[in-house]
Amino acid sequence: MASNAAVPFWRAAGMTYISYSNICANLVRNCLKEPHKAEALTREKVHFSLSKWADGKPQKPVLRSDTPEV
Amino acid sequence: MFKQASRLLSRSVTAVSSKSATSRAFSSELPSTLDSTFIESWKKVAPNMDPPQTPSAFMKPRPSTPSSLPTKLTVNFVLPYTSELTGKEVDMVIIPATTGQMGVLPGHVPTITELKPGIMSVHEGTDVKKYFLSSGFAFLHANSVADIIAVEAVPLDHIDPSQVQKGLADFTQKLASATTDLEKAEAQIGIEVHSAINAALTG
Repeated sequence: MASNAAVPFWRAAGMTYISYSNICANLVRNCLKEPHKAEALTREKVHFSLSKWADGKPQKPVLRSDTPEV
Repeated sequence: MFKQASRLLSRSVTAVSSKSATSRAFSSELPSTLDSTFIESWKKVAPNMDPPQTPSAFMKPRPSTPSSLPTKLTVNFVLPYTSELTGKEVDMVIIPATTGQMGVLPGHVPTITELKPGIMSVHEGTDVKKYFLSSGFAFLHANSVADIIAVEAVPLDHIDPSQVQKGLADFTQKLASATTDLEKAEAQIGIEVHSAINAALTG
């Protein structure tokens, strides 16, 4: 039984459960048929805008996104 | 703590002063479950302040374990973005535990188990619904309630078999060319997930 091992192989390689489960989820998403695949991938997109506070004013915001700019 | 206290204080004062005008209670105000002697002594010490609310006032206690075995299993199946099944009464679920496929019937021994990429089937009479779960956890409670949590779950017919074959070939190649432990583990995960999907589709 795999679960009787001291640690799973991904843990031994220094991965956390979060990264392991996210990799698994991503692989499953990539194996979907088309309308569902696009839907699942857009759901996972993350972006946020970041602006530094300096001299009592927010500076120009920078957009960070995990999807490359088109 | 003080922020809470002042909020409660102002609320009870406004509630007292405007009682004649609007006596509608806030939705968050629940009937107190504290014992009466405590409430009396609280009112002596702090007459303008509501007695504290405890979590038990806001949360319903879990239903107790019935003495006779229920005929149905209540399943809550949740994903990060949706709640697939909420309090659904089914006959059986088969979950992909790391120790192997696990059939869960009403009256199952309370267990917490990690899920591996695999197929989960929900049996409801003759109706069987199959999902592919990426990974997650299942909590089986003594009162025949099963909470199943997964990162990604898709119905089997949404999976494209050609993508699976391509992914499997890709990761087999990656495992051969991997140099670091981390790359090897990633390739290994890829192979495991894709072979699990493959097995789910063919089997």
